[in-house]
This record gives sequence, structure tokens and C-alpha cells, in this order.
Amino acid sequence: MTYIAKPQFHHPSLKHNALGFTRRDYEGKVSTLCAGCGHDSISAAIVQACFEIDLEPHRLAKLSGIGCSSKTPDYFLGASHGFNTVHGRMPSVLTGANLANRSLIYLGVSGDGDSASIGLGQFAHAMRRGVNMTYIVENNGVYGLTKGQFSATADKGSKSKKGVVNSDSGIDMVGLALQLGATFVARSFSGDKDQLVPLIKAALTHKGAAFIDVLSPCIAFNNHKGSTKSFDWVREHNEAVNRLDVLMARMAVTASYEPGSLTEVTQHDGSVLLLRKVAEDYDPTDHAGAISYLQHAHAAGEIVTGLLYVDPEAEELHDALGTVKQPLNALSDEELVPPVAALAKINAGLR
Amino acid sequence: MTRPITAVNDFVVKFANVNGSGSASANGLFVKAILRMGVPVGARNIFPSNIQGLPTWYEIRVSGQGWLGRRGGVDLMVAMNPQTWDRDVAEIEPGGYLFYDSTKPMPSSKFRDDVNVVGLPLTALCNAAYAEPSKRKILKNIIYLGALTFLLGIEREVVEALLAEEYAAKPALIPANIEALQIGFDHARDHLKPLGLKLRRTDKVGDRIFVDGNTAAGLGAVYGGATVCAWYPITPSTSLAEAFTAYCRKLRHDPETGEARYAIVQAEDEIASIGMVTGAGWNGARAFTCTSGPGVSLMQEFIGLSYFAEIPGVIFDVQRGGPSTGMPTRTQQSDILSAAYASHGDTKHVLLLPEGPNECFEFGALAFDLADRLQTMIFVMLDLDMGMNEWLIEPFRWDEERVLDRGKIMTAEMLEAGADFGRYKDVDGDGIPWRTLPATHPSKGSYFTRGTSRDPYARYSEEGAVYVDNMERLLRKFETAKSLVPPPIVRRAARKTSYGVIYYGSTSPAMDEALAGLEADGVAVDALRIRAFPFEGEIFEFIAAHDLVFVVEQNRDAQLRTLLINEGGVDPARLVKVLNYDGSPITARFIQTELAKGMGVPKTRAGEMVR
Repeated sequence: MTYIAKPQFHHPSLKHNALGFTRRDYEGKVSTLCAGCGHDSISAAIVQACFEIDLEPHRLAKLSGIGCSSKTPDYFLGASHGFNTVHGRMPSVLTGANLANRSLIYLGVSGDGDSASIGLGQFAHAMRRGVNMTYIVENNGVYGLTKGQFSATADKGSKSKKGVVNSDSGIDMVGLALQLGATFVARSFSGDKDQLVPLIKAALTHKGAAFIDVLSPCIAFNNHKGSTKSFDWVREHNEAVNRLDVLMARMAVTASYEPGSLTEVTQHDGSVLLLRKVAEDYDPTDHAGAISYLQHAHAAGEIVTGLLYVDPEAEELHDALGTVKQPLNALSDEELVPPVAALAKINAGLR
Repeated sequence: MTRPITAVNDFVVKFANVNGSGSASANGLFVKAILRMGVPVGARNIFPSNIQGLPTWYEIRVSGQGWLGRRGGVDLMVAMNPQTWDRDVAEIEPGGYLFYDSTKPMPSSKFRDDVNVVGLPLTALCNAAYAEPSKRKILKNIIYLGALTFLLGIEREVVEALLAEEYAAKPALIPANIEALQIGFDHARDHLKPLGLKLRRTDKVGDRIFVDGNTAAGLGAVYGGATVCAWYPITPSTSLAEAFTAYCRKLRHDPETGEARYAIVQAEDEIASIGMVTGAGWNGARAFTCTSGPGVSLMQEFIGLSYFAEIPGVIFDVQRGGPSTGMPTRTQQSDILSAAYASHGDTKHVLLLPEGPNECFEFGALAFDLADRLQTMIFVMLDLDMGMNEWLIEPFRWDEERVLDRGKIMTAEMLEAGADFGRYKDVDGDGIPWRTLPATHPSKGSYFTRGTSRDPYARYSEEGAVYVDNMERLLRKFETAKSLVPPPIVRRAARKTSYGVIYYGSTSPAMDEALAGLEADGVAVDALRIRAFPFEGEIFEFIAAHDLVFVVEQNRDAQLRTLLINEGGVDPARLVKVLNYDGSPITARFIQTELAKGMGVPKTRAGEMVR
């Protein structure tokens, strides 16, 4: 049960990050998901990523909708405030939270049921507003908690555990995010931690709307033959376009890479994204090129993963609104309540 | 011929116009001129859900005595819309006046014998003076304003001064308007006689202001410290968000950096609006949305989350005619039940019921204190009548010493000092727990917010006893709310009576006049105006102290009466429904007649101001 906290003791040789925290300090309560669930791997990747970027655990706010994936924020970052909101509406709640205090890091966790059906509208509008956040969809193509109905990301022709063939077109969240103006778009696989952890690190340090679609097979209801979201299928069709290393600003580049194979992208906060090319000619800063590449690869049955698009110069919602640097929730009475004299002037104008 | 009505500073004028014809500006000047002469006015716009072409009316109650509600009946009809001619003519009181454009002859069957017909060849005058279609359209309204200025005895200099103020930003337009005014005035002076309805300068307006409730509520939100506004356009609430935006631009920018101390987002729909309010409230900002009945329907799930997870927020519900799309541009008080019990499961919400723009301002600010104090959604229930019509009210006031009440927020210092933090724990016995804001402390005070059941320490639990304990605490909190919300206002009749009347919201001004009328007839009835839900004890004591209590409302199903019966266990037989729900604001005559009927009084007449 989720109220069971993990024991705090740990091996004395556990590594500490720059803030003196161990990986354990980024953990949450014991997961109640099925043993072997891809979502737990994503939670572990979030823990690892936050540890590696030296995030103060309480400076992150984690929000989710409803569903298996949306339960997971309870299972990582126990020192952070979390909010399990209502079905499909996490994006609006996260937007409001972000408006109230722009100084925190916002992590939205959702699933394909939560974001691609009931929540598709809010997903779209949060992306197009450029809310400064990391939005992870733990995508398994199926409704787990209600036991195995297709979700809207299930591919056309994919077969359910009961043998029903899906006749509806699958929604591609990555394609949507790109179209809608997300300024960081990635896809990964819960079974590839080496790829996923750097992507989460880069998303958390990105300024603007960062979206990661993580294929996360449901071992209970969608891991059979005929499903296009099973472990086997995703492994077989996974085509990474690049591999990413994230260097926080203060770190020096120590690894050596073959010349020409490396793209460097410096983010707003000074962190550097080092991208090693896997696919020839894939440029993750070319928006139109990314959309075209993904369309072609999708038609060929490939599941393209990696950092698919990044705009390091992105603006976010607060830039558009011109809000003060100080969090709105910390403004004093004097800063909020106009003087009585102003009211007298308003009264005079209404006579 | 019926004797023409004669009255000084006490009559009703109704303008029948075509939407989009530019009449609103002329009619507004007409009202302002009367106000400048020191004569109180109640003005109501009756408009269609349309941009151009459909009928629109502007009804003006001129009252030296200070009655600002709708009286009922029309003494002078300014009939400028052929589409609605027949019904407009039919509405005039016997002995009243019909002002019309006499350019084209009309058959005598189109007139009434018992009203005084005042014709002005408006189109002919206008076309003779102006060649451009745009000028003809706009200045035609100013010409009839000129004629009315003569006919009613409005001080012409006052109208001219107002025209100069109106076009201060475009001074080139002033001479043309003054000229049009003169065309109408001169023609009326040379060809017509002044009406029996007269305006005479007095000093009954004082320092009062003329403003609509949406503007007042938007300003109240600024003074109440609101920083986040998420909204979706819907009549009749849109102008509330716009007013908040305009006042924030003037009053809420950092003087040094010019940066905004507020964030306003036009959301994709009402669900996203309330979601943003919920997120901002959870994160410690004062947040609101403004909407109308259909929006409240859409927001139900989040309102339940706010109740159960205890998240502050404010909803301004500017009510209109329902159900469904209903009558979007007409007024009603028909969201009372859907707001009070919004969402699934057992829920109850705090409602504030302002009577007009003053309380829209006052409650608009107070709502944010209550939301933070009670950690729940607070509804401020306006309606179209008070929200979109300008009312003559006392100036806005604000106490310089007033401090925003941010409620029970546990700080890092308190946590550091070893405070036992249980997010849903009733420490103080008032049902209100303490909350922490995200990022308060590096290792203490974090919790997981959810709409599912949990124990006092915010840990997930589906145990029956834990759930019931929490639901009971929420009831205790609602009990606490009774002592925090604005109390009812009681007005005792001159002598002891077994009759009472309960009312709320925009019914107030019409009720004032109706009560005075009854009193003048020697009929005694005690009155109580409810200003908030939950209902405090005094309301039920009032009911208990009277044999029969009328409940006056502007909806079909007597929603407040239902709420009174349900919450107070009142015998329904003792609460008499008095309902006006045709979409037009309730009138004094209607209330007075219905109450008199209910008390077995044969007939009553209008009375003096008792306030």
C-alpha cells in the first residue's frame, strides 16, 4: 500500500551528489503497481535523473492525472509536494501551479489514457502555451486499472489480450507535441534506462514545454503477441536517432567523441546537451525536418526514439505574460493591494 | 382621452432600439445627464444574444425618491424599432407617451387612443443634415436625444458637457454631435410641447457612483489580492475578467521593472479554467475564474476536488437564464442549487450573495480571504442584472488597515520548531486543518494531494472509519464557515407582524420599493436579506418567529427556499414562493402585488423610501 514508506537505511558507500543527497533521498513510497511494470522503471529513471542534476528534492512539484501512471508520483521524490488531480486535467492544474510559483520545477506525469483521450485538449493547450514543465506520458496503449481496454494511442491493427483488433487510428503524442509547439520533444522506452535518464535530465533543465513519450509496456494487459506496445515489439522496432549526454554547466567535457558525430546544444540554464548521432542526417533542432522524418519512419513501422526536437532559445508562458520574477504566491499585501487613494480616483471616474 | 401622466423626477422611460445601431451611447448619455442633474436613475439593458440586427431595449427608472429597481410599466416609450412596434406600444401605461419617428406615415391602427403620441420626423431630419451613411446611423440617435432633452426638460448644457467628455479623445467629433443635438432640440421646441414627465435639478445623487457589478467584482478581486485569473468567455461574465485585466494593468505592475504582479490566462474551456484555479490555489496563490451556469456545470468535478482535497479558489458565477444555453442575455438566480451542492458525493459550498455592485466589490475581495481561511471553493453569485447593468451605488470603500487573511499556512519555521504536520488533521477544533505550500521545507511538510480518501496525515486510506472521520470534519469546517460569512440583514416593520419576507441578490432594489409601498398602505412585513450560504442561526430564528415567510426569488423552482427547507428542516408550508423568472429583472410592483395577495390585502400603492 502507498502508505508503506520504504525503510531509510542504506549502504554507507552510497554515492552522494553535489548537494550531499544520495539516490535514496529522491525515492518515494513503495509502489503498488504490478511487479515488472514499465512505469516503475520510469519512476526509477526520474529518481536517477533528479539525483544526477543535483536537484533539491523539495524544489520540484509533481502532478498527475488519473490512472496507473498517474499514481506513480507517490513512488518517487517523497520530499516533494505531489498532486494527483482529476482524469485528463493535470495540464491545467500544473499550469495554474506554475503561474502561482515560477521558481519551482514542474513535473507532470500522465498516461496515454489520461492524456490522449479525455485529456487531449488540455495536453494540446498546455503545449501551445509553453508552460515551463516536463510532461511525461507513460504510454502503454491500454487502460490498466479498468483491465485492458484499448487506449487512443493503440496502433490500428494492434490486438488486445482478448483478441480484439483495434480499428481506430492510433494517436501519436510526439507528432502532436511537435505540431502544437512543444519546445523539447523526446521519445523513449521504459526498458532503456541509459537512454531515458539523460532525456529526463535534459527535459527538467529545459526552459519551456518539454514532452517525453515513454513507451512503457503493461505486463498485465498489453504484453502479448499482436500488441505493438509489448516489450518484444518495442525492442524490435526501436530506432534511436541519437544518444544523449547531459552536462550541467559546471562540468567539463571529459569523454572524447569521434569528430563530426557530435552535436552540442546549450540550454537556457547553461547545461549542455551532447548528442551523438545514430541516424545519419537527423538534426533535432530542425522542427520541420523532425516532423517529416517521424512521419516517414512511422509509415515504415519504426518506433523512433531519442531527443527528437529541442529549441534551446524557447520562451515560456511567464515570458509572454511578463510576470514578476518573484513567485506570485509570495507577494506581500503591499504589492497586491492598491492604496486607498487609487480607489478614490476610480470612484471619481465613475461619476 | 385618458389624462396624460404628469410626474416630476419619477417615471419610467424605455428605449426600443435595434442592436448594433449605436443607440447604446446616446441612451447612456441620456442617463448620465439625468444623474448630473442630481436625479437618481436605475437603468437596465435588455439585449439579445446577437451582434447586430435583433431588438434591444434600455429601460430607465427615474426616481427622485431613490428607487433603483425596476418599477414595472412604461411611461414614455421611445419606439425606434419597427420590429417590436406592436408590443412596445402595448407596454405603455394608459396616459403615457409614445415617441416615434414620424418620417413615414403610419396607419392609425398602429397607435393607441389612450397614449399621447409624440412624432418627430427623425429620419427626414437626419437625412437632410447628413449625407454619409455612417453619420446618419450614429447621429440619428443624438438627434432623438436632443428632442428628448427639450421634451423632458433636461438641462441642455449638461448634455453638451457630457458629449464633450465622451469624445475628449476624439475632439473632432464634438461639433458634429453638438449640432445633431441641436437639430433634435430645435425641431422639438418649434413643433412639440414639453411632456407631462419632467426632470428638475435636485441633489439626490450625492457622491454616488454609476458602475456595473462585473467591474466592481473585478476590482474587488484586485483589492482582495487575487494574482491568478483563468477564464473562458461566456455571457454575462466576460466583462468581469476584462475589468480585472484593466484594473491590474493600472494598479498591479511593479513600478520599477514594469512587470506584472498577476497572471491572466484565457483558458481553452471552463474545465481548464477551474483546473488552473485549482493548481494555483494548491500552490498558494489567490486564484479565481468567472463564469455562468453552463460553466459551473462543466466545472463540477474540480469543485468536488476542491471540497475534498481542500484547495482554495473563487468562482464568480454571473447567473443567466437556464437551463442549457437558456437565455444567455437575460437574468436569473437559477444556479443556487447547482452551486451550493456542486459535484458528486456529499458536498456543500460557501456561496456569497451580493445585492449589487457594492457587495460585488466587497464580497469579491472577501471571497479570497474566505477561500484561504476555509481552504475551499467560494462562489460569489452575481447575476446578469447586477453584473452587466450600471447601478447607482455608494462609492467603493476600503479600509487602509485591512490585512489579507491567508489562513492556516504552516511555515518552515513552524516545521523546524517541531510542529506535528497532518494535512487533514483538525488541530484547532474548527475543522480547518493546516496546510503547507510546495517547497516550504527541504525535508518536512511535504504531502501528496489527492481526490481519494486519506487519513489526517494525507496517507491513502479506504478504511470506513477514516473516511467518515474526514467527512465529519468537513461538516465541522462548514459549521465554522457560518461565523465567517456575511450575516443576514434584517429590517423590521414599523409594528409587530407575523409576516416575513426573505430575499437575496439583485432583488434588493425592487424589494426596497415594494416594502415601502406596503408600509405606506399600513401593511407590516419584516424582511431578511440573506447574504451567504451556509445559513446561520438568525435566518432560521427569523423563520420561526413568523407564521408565514415569503421567499422572493428569480428562478422557477424556488431554489433558495429548497435550500432553506433542506438545511434548516423548515416546514415547507410556512415558506411561500414568490417567483419571477421570465428573464427580466423583478419589479417592485410584482413583489408588492404578490406579497399583498399572500397576506390577503386587497390593494396597495407605491410608497416612500424607508432606508
